[in-house]
Amino acid sequence: MSEIGNTGYRMSVEGTRGAEATVRLAGRLALESLEPLMAELQAVPGRLEPRKIAVDVSGVEYLDSAGALALIEMENLSRSRGIPFEILGVSERDHGLLCLIDREALQRPPLRPESESPAVVVKLGEAARRQYRDFLEVMSFVGELVAALAFCLAHPRSVRWEEVKFTMKRAGADGLPIVALISLLLGLIMAFMSSLQLKQFGANLYVANLVTIAMVRELGPIMTAIIVAGRSGSAFAAEIGTMVVNDEVNALVTMGFDPIRFLAVPKVLAAMLVVPILTIYADFFAILGGLIVGITGLDLTAFTYIQQTKASIRIFDFATSLVKAVVFAMLIAGIGCQRGFQVRGGAEGVGQSTTSAVVSAIFLIIVADSAFAIMLHYVRQ
Amino acid sequence: MESPNIDPVIIVEGLTARYGDVTILEDVSFEVRRGERFMILGGSGCGKSTLLKHMIGLLQPHRGRVVIDGVDITRADEETLNRVRSRIGVLFQADALFGSMSLAENVALPLAEYTALPPGLIRDIVRMKLGLVGLAGYDNHMPAELSGGMRKRAGLARAMALDPMFLFFDEPWAGLDPVTAAELDILIRSLNEGIGTTMVFVTQELASIFSLGQRVIMLHKDVKGIIARGTPQELRETSADPRVNRFFNRLAD
Repeated sequence: MSEIGNTGYRMSVEGTRGAEATVRLAGRLALESLEPLMAELQAVPGRLEPRKIAVDVSGVEYLDSAGALALIEMENLSRSRGIPFEILGVSERDHGLLCLIDREALQRPPLRPESESPAVVVKLGEAARRQYRDFLEVMSFVGELVAALAFCLAHPRSVRWEEVKFTMKRAGADGLPIVALISLLLGLIMAFMSSLQLKQFGANLYVANLVTIAMVRELGPIMTAIIVAGRSGSAFAAEIGTMVVNDEVNALVTMGFDPIRFLAVPKVLAAMLVVPILTIYADFFAILGGLIVGITGLDLTAFTYIQQTKASIRIFDFATSLVKAVVFAMLIAGIGCQRGFQVRGGAEGVGQSTTSAVVSAIFLIIVADSAFAIMLHYVRQ
Repeated sequence: MESPNIDPVIIVEGLTARYGDVTILEDVSFEVRRGERFMILGGSGCGKSTLLKHMIGLLQPHRGRVVIDGVDITRADEETLNRVRSRIGVLFQADALFGSMSLAENVALPLAEYTALPPGLIRDIVRMKLGLVGLAGYDNHMPAELSGGMRKRAGLARAMALDPMFLFFDEPWAGLDPVTAAELDILIRSLNEGIGTTMVFVTQELASIFSLGQRVIMLHKDVKGIIARGTPQELRETSADPRVNRFFNRLAD
């Protein structure tokens, strides 16, 4: 007989008020009918106020642990009301099941109370401590990373260049299409929006200056860095975090490798090499976007637009933009690896560290960019 | 109660399993009877975990069929498949408890998903299940705080949450010390005998094979299929196949 699709139990109660009550159960006492079964059973003592309750289960075809639970809860209820209770007609197999259930365990409170959410002051204190610990960990990681990079500078052969090349391809070449697309659209939008204003003054030509200066000085490095943080910073954190969870990092340590030199240095080097190149591409595609708007919407020739672009940019701006890109790359790759090494626990920890890697990287990029803006302002003068 | 030991509830027929072009199992057929403890044995790489994954519908066979309780799960639609799945419990090798949930939440998850029971009743069932596996009181502990044996038992409690008709175990003894493994044997036996759940094990743990196995099949990678069937004692004492002898007597090739 298949037990799928055959549901339901039958229950009848014999006995008058105040006398002995006999409850006859038949059919399936199983999980799917647990709720009505328990409600119906537990109504019996209140309705009849019997001297004694006997439950006859000889007609039961199938009893699972949920059905057994209903019987045991009924027994507990009767006992608590001082009514004698017995179960009749239990088959050998069902008897085994009823014996398996630890009646005491149903009543026993958990060893540990459900964690309540702590008071605001406690939360605040914990958050502050977490921030402080996080700061210490980042600082010590920065120290170790700088030491490892310095070591690699002195011993270039100790760097795993194969890994560097691989990461360069993943973070750089594979990221080029999205960087190109976003920059092109950015250039188009900037040129289009500014042309609406500049047209009124007949200053169409200055669209080229606007796009070029904005892109090369500020937006190129920042947009590229944010895209790389989202694509690769998160990937670094997830990769190293999963290695921590799987004891792979411990394996490296026991084999005598420095995990930072082995895992973090190639990623940081690859990012430092590849993000400036991506930034150049971003600048190029944004200028191309501006050029498209210039030719199609502003009646400029390609030659004039390019001449104007050349005139508006100095080598100094271009060089500082690349320096910025290198610094951003260090921040992204460094924080990505650090968040990875920080992972504790399992899948949830990896998820948290990945999110944190991207958020922290973007935060650091903006802070660093602000610092550059002020510094460069004084250097240019 | 219907008599056990005759009616097959899981039928595997002509199963051929492939990963890409690599054939793992070729034309494997066997039956599992209601209420028995059935074991799939074999050395590493013989395809026993692959076979288990086909039996619980995680992988689609290249050829052949798997019938569970009258439903061919290789051809069933999603709805039927889910109904069958709610009758199946699986204890994975790496216990697969959700690390971000307490034990009670882990066990309550399938109950909340597949039934419409009120929270109070779910809590009672969870307590009962944790009590069944000897973890009464550990409701609010996190999986990471427990020992390997306790996690295995918690995984078993979750696998049993919906009172499945079938329990599948993938190497349940892996990584357990002998004492804990023996305790798990006793627990599994009492659950099998008390609740009558049909149990299928994938294992290579000799001690547990002899203490729990009622009928076994043995797979071998050379033939990509079954090389022996019977009770563990029969295979140890009467099998003429040297590969079976080496396995049961723990000898090197």
